[in-house]
Amino acid sequence: MKILTQWLRAFLPALPVNDAQLAEDLTLRGIAVEGIYDLGAGNGSLYEMDITTNRVDAMNHYGVAREAAAIYGLTLSPLTFELPKPRPSAKDFSVKIEAEDVCGRFTARVLRGVKIGDSRDWFADAEVATYFGLLEQKKISNAVDATNFAWLLMGQPTHAFDLDKIEGGIVVRRARKGEKLKTLDGIERTLDAEDLIVADHGKPLGLAGVMGGWDTMITPETKNVLVEAAWFDPMAVRRTARRHGLHTDASHRFERGADFNAAPVASAIVASILLAGGGHIEGDLVDVRVPAIEAKTAQRRPVALVLSEVRRLLGTTIDQEGIPAETVEKVLTALGCELTMQQVSALRASELAGQHEDAAWEVTLPSWRLDIEREIDLIEEVARVYGYNGFANTLPAFGEGVKALPWAEAEAAVRATLRAAGFHEAIASTFCSAADAALTAPQPGLVVPLGNPLSEEAGVLRPSLAPGMLTMVAGNLHRDVSDVRLFELGTVFSGSTEKVEERPALAFGAAGALPEQSTLHAAREIDFYDIKGVVEQVLSRFAMDSMYFDRFPAEAGLTPEWLHPYRSARIAADGITVGWFGQLHPREAAARKLKETVLVGEIYLDRLYKLPVRKPAAREVSRFQPVRRDFSLVVDKSVRWESIDAAVAALGIPELVEWRARELFHDPKLGANEYALLLGATFQAPDRTLRDDELQEWHARVVEAVSKAGARLRS
Amino acid sequence: MTNEAIPNLTAFDEASLDKAFAQLEQQARDSAAAIDGSEAVEAFRLEWLGRKQGRLNDVSGKWLKAAPAEAKKLLGQKFNALKATVEGLLEQASGAGPSDAALAAEAIDITLPGTKRLTGAEHPITKTLNEIVGVFAALGYLVGVGPEVETDFYNFESMNFPPGHPARDTQDTLVVANQERRPLRDRLLLRTHTSPVQMRTMEKQPPPVRIVIPGKVHRNDAADATHSPIFHQVEGLCVDANITFSDLKGTLDHAMKALFGSSAKTRFFPSFFPFTEPSADVQISCIFCGGKGCRKCKQSGWIELLGCGMVDPAVFAFAAEKQPAYDPKKISGFAFGMGVERIAMMKYGVSEIGQFYAGDMRFLSQFV
Repeated sequence: MKILTQWLRAFLPALPVNDAQLAEDLTLRGIAVEGIYDLGAGNGSLYEMDITTNRVDAMNHYGVAREAAAIYGLTLSPLTFELPKPRPSAKDFSVKIEAEDVCGRFTARVLRGVKIGDSRDWFADAEVATYFGLLEQKKISNAVDATNFAWLLMGQPTHAFDLDKIEGGIVVRRARKGEKLKTLDGIERTLDAEDLIVADHGKPLGLAGVMGGWDTMITPETKNVLVEAAWFDPMAVRRTARRHGLHTDASHRFERGADFNAAPVASAIVASILLAGGGHIEGDLVDVRVPAIEAKTAQRRPVALVLSEVRRLLGTTIDQEGIPAETVEKVLTALGCELTMQQVSALRASELAGQHEDAAWEVTLPSWRLDIEREIDLIEEVARVYGYNGFANTLPAFGEGVKALPWAEAEAAVRATLRAAGFHEAIASTFCSAADAALTAPQPGLVVPLGNPLSEEAGVLRPSLAPGMLTMVAGNLHRDVSDVRLFELGTVFSGSTEKVEERPALAFGAAGALPEQSTLHAAREIDFYDIKGVVEQVLSRFAMDSMYFDRFPAEAGLTPEWLHPYRSARIAADGITVGWFGQLHPREAAARKLKETVLVGEIYLDRLYKLPVRKPAAREVSRFQPVRRDFSLVVDKSVRWESIDAAVAALGIPELVEWRARELFHDPKLGANEYALLLGATFQAPDRTLRDDELQEWHARVVEAVSKAGARLRS
Repeated sequence: MTNEAIPNLTAFDEASLDKAFAQLEQQARDSAAAIDGSEAVEAFRLEWLGRKQGRLNDVSGKWLKAAPAEAKKLLGQKFNALKATVEGLLEQASGAGPSDAALAAEAIDITLPGTKRLTGAEHPITKTLNEIVGVFAALGYLVGVGPEVETDFYNFESMNFPPGHPARDTQDTLVVANQERRPLRDRLLLRTHTSPVQMRTMEKQPPPVRIVIPGKVHRNDAADATHSPIFHQVEGLCVDANITFSDLKGTLDHAMKALFGSSAKTRFFPSFFPFTEPSADVQISCIFCGGKGCRKCKQSGWIELLGCGMVDPAVFAFAAEKQPAYDPKKISGFAFGMGVERIAMMKYGVSEIGQFYAGDMRFLSQFV
C-alpha cells in the first residue's frame, strides 16, 4: 500500500517532524513503513507500507494520519464534504435490506445530469490530479476516479451504478440458486443461494462488497448515477469472494471489518467529485440501517479498563514513572475512544494501597476499530502508542528444574554414534510418492494421502524414511559424489485419513569408500559388514539382553521389498524387530539409475527408545595376565558363524572373557566348500594367574565345542 | 669373562661382509636383550666397546687390517653402522634410549597429509535448533514436542484463528485427504507452526509453564531461495502469575545476546498474531555489519528475527476448558516463535534454503 506524506499533512498541518522521522515513528508503532521515496521538492514522500491484517482501518491516508495524530498528540482535521443542496424528489429511492443478518447499512444517493468523462482537475484544490499523479494511480473516468479517491482517502469501498439501468429500487439479499450475474470483469457467473448480492426488483446488480455488475456499470452515456456506500458482514463477503475466486480491494476491506459510520462520508466524497463535472443531487441520502448490526459495530457497549491491569500485563517501563493514567487517556482518546473515569472499588483500591493509585474507565470504542473489543485490546493500544522500546528488559523468576524430553538422551546417543561412524545428518522431505510409499511402508495400506499435495511426487506422508534416503543417496551419486554416508532422524506416518500415527525413525544410506582419507592406505569400499557394525554400535547404546540379526526365506515375504533378499538382515533387540538394513535391491537400484552398490537401512526408533540408554558402569580390571589362544579352524560353508559363536558361549567358562572371529579367508589348499577361520580367545581370571593345566583343558573344550558346531582344528 | 673371539674373515666381497656383520649385529642384539641390571650393562659395554678387549676393537684390528684396499671403504661403512647400533643398544639398555643416529634412520616424511577417520556432521538445522533450545533450557525451560499432523482445533481454532478468519489465509496449509466431511475442528492438516504445542502443553499442565518447543512445520508454499514447504520453528511459552511484557522483552533480549553475542541489540515492533496480544516483531542489530548498514540488512542496520507477544486471553480460555487455572485475570504469559532456517542461513551464510533438505554430501560436510 502506498501513502503520500503530502496527503497526510493535509489533515495534520502542525505535524512537527520530517518524513523520515514520521516513517520511523509510525513503524515503531506497528504502522510499518517499508520504503520511503522522495517525490521531489514540495511533493513530500511516498511511503511503501506493510500493515498487518488486523489494522485494516489504517490502510488508507486518513487512517495513517490518525495514527500520526495519536503519536504526536495532534488534532486530526475532520473529514467533511459540503454537498450542494439536493433538489427534492417525488419519492425516496427505494432501498430494502432483506439480508439483515449480513448487511448492516446501505446508503444510496441519486445524482442526475452528471457528465461522465475525464476527471479533470475539478475537485477541491485539484487533489485528485495531484494525489493520483504522485501515486501513479491511473485516471480512468470521473466515476471510477471518485470511488478510487474515496478508497485511497478513507478505505471505504463505494460503487456507482447507472441509475437508469436499475429497475424499481435496491434490494440487498441472498441470491437464488442458479441466478446469473455478469460481473465487471466480464465473467458470467452462476450464483449460489449463499451469495450476498445487491439486486434491483428484477435482477442481481452486483456481488455485495466484492464486485459490481456489468450491466449497470457507468458508461460514457450514463446521465444518472446511484452511489452506493454500505456495510457488509465480513464472513458473508469472504464466503462470496472465495466461492467466486475473487479478491478485490472492496472484499479485502469488508472481510476485515469496515467502518459502519463511513458510508455517508464516502458517499459525499464520490458525489462531490462527480458533481464537479455538472449535475445535481436528487432527494436526501437514503440511509437504511440494521440496528442489531449497528449495536455490534458503531454502538458497541463500552469496555471496562483498569490501570492496574495495564501495569500487571505490561510490567516495567524504562521511565520510572510507569504508565500514568493520563497517558492511557491521551493515547486512547487520540485513537478515537471516549473514556469515562469510574470509581475504583474499595476492595481493589485497598489491594493496591501503597503501590499505585489505580484508575478505571468505561471506554467507548470507535466504529472503525472492530479489532478492539476487549480490555486487552485497549492495553495493546496503550503499549503500542507508548512505544514497545519504552519498556525495560526484565526477566521472570526462574522456573522449576530442567527436564529434558524423555528420549532426548537416546536421540543424542543415536546421533553421536552415527556421526562418529562418519555419517552426516540429513533432513529429507516429509512427503513421498504413493509408489515409494507402497514399496517401503512397513504396514501396507496404512499410508496417508494429502488432500492438496505440492506435487504427485509428494502425494503422501512418508511411511518410511527409506524413500527420502534413497533420493538423497541417488542425488549425490548422480552428481558424481561417489562417497555417500547419510543418516536422518525423522517422523514417519501411518494410519488413515481419520487418524494418523507418528513415530520417530532412523534411516541411513551409504555408498563408495569408507570414511577414511589416507595417502598411504588404499581406500576400501564400504560393505554390508561396515553397515552392520554401525547398526551394532547404535544398538549397543541401549541396554538390552539380546541383539541378533536374521534373514527370512524369500517365500516368507517378510523382507522389505527394497532390500536385496540375500544381502539384508532383520535387526532384533530383545526379540523385537527394530529395523532392517542391507544392500539396496538391484531392481530398485536400476529403477533409480544407480550402478553403485548402495547400502541402506531403517531403524524403528519408537521401539528402540523403549529400551533404556545403557549407562556405563565400571568393572574391576583384572591385574592378572590375560592369555590369548588362537584356534585355526576349517569350516564348512554351510556352517554359520552364529553356531560357532553360540557353541563357544554355551561352554560358560567364566575365564573365557572374550572371543571373536579374527580372520576369515579362503585357502585354495582347502576343499571347495570350506574356508579357514581364525578364532581368537582370551582367558583371564580376576583373582589369579592362570595355570597351564586349566588352559589346556579349556583349549580342548573349545575345540570340542566348535567341532560339534561343524568346524575342525586345522592340522 | 672373556669375549668370544672374532672369527677371521677370508672373503671380502659384499655378500660375505653382509653376512659377517649381520651375524655380529644379531649377537649384539641377543646379548643386549639378555641384559639384566646395571652390572650387566657395564659388562655389555666392556664386551663390545671395551677399548682393549672390546669385540669391535677386535673387528677393526682383525678385519680392517686384513681387508684389501678396495673393500676397506665398504667395510668401514658397515663397521660404523654396527658401532652405531651397538651404541644405540647400550644407550637403550642404560636408559638413555636409542642414539640420534638410530632414530634418524627411522625418519619419515611428516609433510604428507595425515590419515583422517572422517566423522559425520551435525545438520546445521539440528545444530541451530539445539543452540536455541539450549539457551532457553538454561533459563529453566522444559523441552516439549508435538505432532506434525495436527487438527484444525490445535493448529488454528485454539490459537484464536476462528473458522473463516482472514488470518488463516496467511498460512497456506497442507491438508490430509478426505477431511471435507469431518467437523472443522477435527480436520487433519500438517501443522503450519509449532504454536499448537502451546495448547497441548497447557491442557496437560496447570501453570506455571516454561517450555521451549522445537519442531518441523509445513506450508503449501512454492519453493524459492528463502521459502520451503518444509521448515523448522522453535516456539516458547512462559505462563505464571505476574509475567509481563517487559519480561518478554528481557527474555528475548537475553536469548538473542546468548545466540548472537553480547553486542547484539534488540528492538520490538508492534505486530499481529491472533494468539498473542500485544504482539511484537523483534529485530536484532545486524550481525554482519553490527548495525552500520550493509547489503544483508538492506542498509537498515537491523534484521527481523522473530515474532512474539503476550498470550491472548482467548487462548487461555481454550486452555481453561481443561485446566481452569488458566484464568487470564490471575495469570499471564508470553509466547514467541522463530524460524530456524532463517537463523541458520544467517549464521552459516547459506543462500538457498533448499540446501538444507537435499542431503548433498558436499554441503553437509562443511558443518563437521
